[in-house]
Amino acid sequence: MRSGTLWKLVGIAALCVVCAVVIYKLPMNLGLDLRGGTRMVLEARDTDTVKADEDAVARAKEVIERRVNQLGVSEPAIYLQGAKRIVVELAGVKDPQRAREVIGRTAQLEFRDEQGNVIMTGSDLKNATAGSDEYGRPAVHFELTSEGAKKFEKATRENIGRPISIYLDQELLSSPVVQSVIRDKGQITGIGSMDKAKDLSMMLRAGALPVPLDLLHSEVLEPTLGQESIDQSKVAAVIGAGLVVLFMLAVYRLPGIMADIALGVYGLIVLAALAVIHAVLTLPGIAGLILSVGMAVDANVIIFERIKEEMRGGKRLRAAIDAGFTRAFGCILDSNVTTLITAAVLYVYGTGAVRGFAVTLGLGIVASMFTAIVVTRVLITAVVDRNPERYARYFGA
Amino acid sequence: MDIIGKRRLFLAISGILVACGIIALLTRGLNLGVDFTGGSLLRLRFERPVTASEVSEALTSRELADMNLRKAVVQPIGGTNDVQVRAQVGGRPLNDEQVGRIVATLSQRIGQVSVIESQMVEGVIGRELLSRALTAVVISWIGIIIYVSVRFEFKFAVAAVLALIHDTIIVLGAFALMGRQVNSPFIAAVLTIIGYSINDTIVIFDKIRENLRLRKKETLEELTNKSILQTLTRSLNTVITTLLAVFALFFFGGASIKDFSLALIIGLITGTYSSIFIASPIWLEWRMWERARQQRRIAAASRSKQPGPAKAR
Repeated sequence: MRSGTLWKLVGIAALCVVCAVVIYKLPMNLGLDLRGGTRMVLEARDTDTVKADEDAVARAKEVIERRVNQLGVSEPAIYLQGAKRIVVELAGVKDPQRAREVIGRTAQLEFRDEQGNVIMTGSDLKNATAGSDEYGRPAVHFELTSEGAKKFEKATRENIGRPISIYLDQELLSSPVVQSVIRDKGQITGIGSMDKAKDLSMMLRAGALPVPLDLLHSEVLEPTLGQESIDQSKVAAVIGAGLVVLFMLAVYRLPGIMADIALGVYGLIVLAALAVIHAVLTLPGIAGLILSVGMAVDANVIIFERIKEEMRGGKRLRAAIDAGFTRAFGCILDSNVTTLITAAVLYVYGTGAVRGFAVTLGLGIVASMFTAIVVTRVLITAVVDRNPERYARYFGA
Repeated sequence: MDIIGKRRLFLAISGILVACGIIALLTRGLNLGVDFTGGSLLRLRFERPVTASEVSEALTSRELADMNLRKAVVQPIGGTNDVQVRAQVGGRPLNDEQVGRIVATLSQRIGQVSVIESQMVEGVIGRELLSRALTAVVISWIGIIIYVSVRFEFKFAVAAVLALIHDTIIVLGAFALMGRQVNSPFIAAVLTIIGYSINDTIVIFDKIRENLRLRKKETLEELTNKSILQTLTRSLNTVITTLLAVFALFFFGGASIKDFSLALIIGLITGTYSSIFIASPIWLEWRMWERARQQRRIAAASRSKQPGPAKAR
C-alpha cells in the first residue's frame, strides 16, 4: 500500500471516530412530528397605543420564554418567524389547552380608580403568588416594586372608602373597597378557581405581553414515531439499509463492499453534522436523508459504471479506476449541484417542514459527494494496489 | 434497444398522462389538509371501533346544531379505534370550548373518547405555506435553468425542467385521483421527487454532452440513443436502490409515513421514466427542429448563390 493511501485511510478512520463521538455525546433533536408535543404560531397585533414593531415582538418573545420556563417544559423551542410571528414548540406537554392559555394570554393587569384612571399596572408588581383570601377563595397575593408601592400608597390614601377596580385584559376581576392605606402588598380576588389563580400569578411573575398575540396555528401532535411506531420505523430503516447494502454487493461485488463502507461513513458524517448544527429531525427531514442516500449510492454507481466502461475500452484496472473517478467527477458535480440549488432555494424561501427537508438534503448531498469521491476511492485504491491484476475480475467488467 | 426511434410514442404517452393529471387536478382537485385550507383536524380515540356515520350523526345532532358541522369530514383510521375529524365553524378553526362540547356530545352518544391529536390552523397561514412552497419551487426551477444553461446549454435546461414539471403534475394528479390527503410532508415528498428527477436527468445529459464532444459520423438520434443506453444500467441501479429504501419505509414504517412514501414511490418511478424517455427526446426534437430551420435558411441563401453541401451539427 502506498503511504499516501495509508495516511488517507487513517484520516478517514479518525473522521469516523470524531463523528461517532459527536453522535454519542450530542443528542439528536427529534421534531415535534416525531416525538409529539404542542406547536403554536402566534402573531403580534397592533393596538391603539402600542405598535407591534420589532422591539415589541422581541419583548413578547422574552415574556413567552419566561412563561414557558414557569410551565416547567424541558427544551422548549421559541423562535421568531418573519417580523411579527413567534413560534412556540413544546415537546411532550400534557395539557396543551392550559399551555395555550398561559402562553397566549396578554395578561395586562390594571388597577383603576372610580374615574377609570389607571393607578398602576402589572409591571409594578415585584412578585405574585397564588393563595386564598380570608374567606378561603382563590386569590393572588402580590408584592410591589418600590416604584409601584409609592403609586399604590398615594392611590389608596386618596381613595379610602371607595373601590379600586382590578382588570385583567380589560375584564373586571374585582372591585375591593379601600379600607386603609396599603403600601407594598395586596391581593387580587375574583379569579374563579385555584388553577386560574396559579396561572395568573405565574403570568404576572413572567410579565405582561407588550402587545396582544393572535393564535394563528396550533397543533397537538401524538408522536408519529410513538412507542410502537418507533420500533416499526427502526425495523424499516434497518431493512431498507440492509437491502441497499445487499444490492450494491450483488451488483458491484468488490467495489460494492467499498461503497457500502463509504455509505456507513456517509451516515456517520450526516448524523454528526445534524447534531452539531442542532438541526431538528422531522419527517420531511428523513425524506431529505433518503434522497441523499440515494444520491450517495448513485455517485458510486456512476463511478463503477465508468470504471467498467474504461476497462472495456482496454485500460488496465489501475488506470481504469483513476480515469473512472476523474471522468465521473464532472457528472456527479453537475447532477448534485442542480439538486443543491433546489435545497438552497428551499432553505431560503421555505418555512418549517420545507426548511427541515432542505437542511438534511443539502448536508446529505455534500457528505455524499465527499464519501463517494474521496472515501470510496481511498478504500478501493487501498485494496486494489495490493494486487491489481488479481482484483480486476471483481470489478464486473 | 431503440428508445429514441419510439420517442414520439413516449412523448404521446406522457402527454396523455400529464393531461390526465391536469384533468384530475381540475375536476377532483387536491384533498388539501388543514395545513393549507385552515380549519381544525382532530384525532379522536374511542374505546371501541366506531364507524364514520356514527360519528357524523353525533356531530350533526341537536346539541351541536349551532356549530353547523354538516360539512365535517369523518374518517376512521384503519386498524385502530381512532377517527379523524376535519371541521371548521364559520370558516375558522374550532376553539377550545367548541372542542370541549364535541367531546362531551360524542362521549355521551357513543362512549368514552379523548382527543389525542389536534391541529387548528387559521386560513391565512395555510395559504401562506402553500404560496411560499410554490415560490420556492419556481425559483429553484429558474436556478436550475441558469446553472444547466451555463454548464450545458439552454435547450438542455428547458428539457430538464419540462421533465420536472411532468413528474410534479403526474404525482399531484395521482394524489388527486386517489383522493389522498395532501399535507406538509407531502410537499417534502414532491420536493424530493424534483430533486431526484433533476439529478437523474443531468446524468444522462452529461453523457450526451460527452458523446457530442467525441462525435464521429453518427446521427444525432443515434448519439442520443447511445447515451441513454450507456447510462441505462446506472439509471436503473440507482432507482432500484432508492426504491428499496422507500419500499421498506412504505411496508414497515408507521401508518402516517405510508402516504408520504407512496408519493415518493410514484415520483421516483415517473422521475426515472421522464429522465430516460422524456427529457432527452424533448432536447433532441428541439435541436433537430432548430437544425432543420437552419438548413432551410442555408438552402434559401445558397439558392441565390451556388449550391453546396451544408453541414450543420
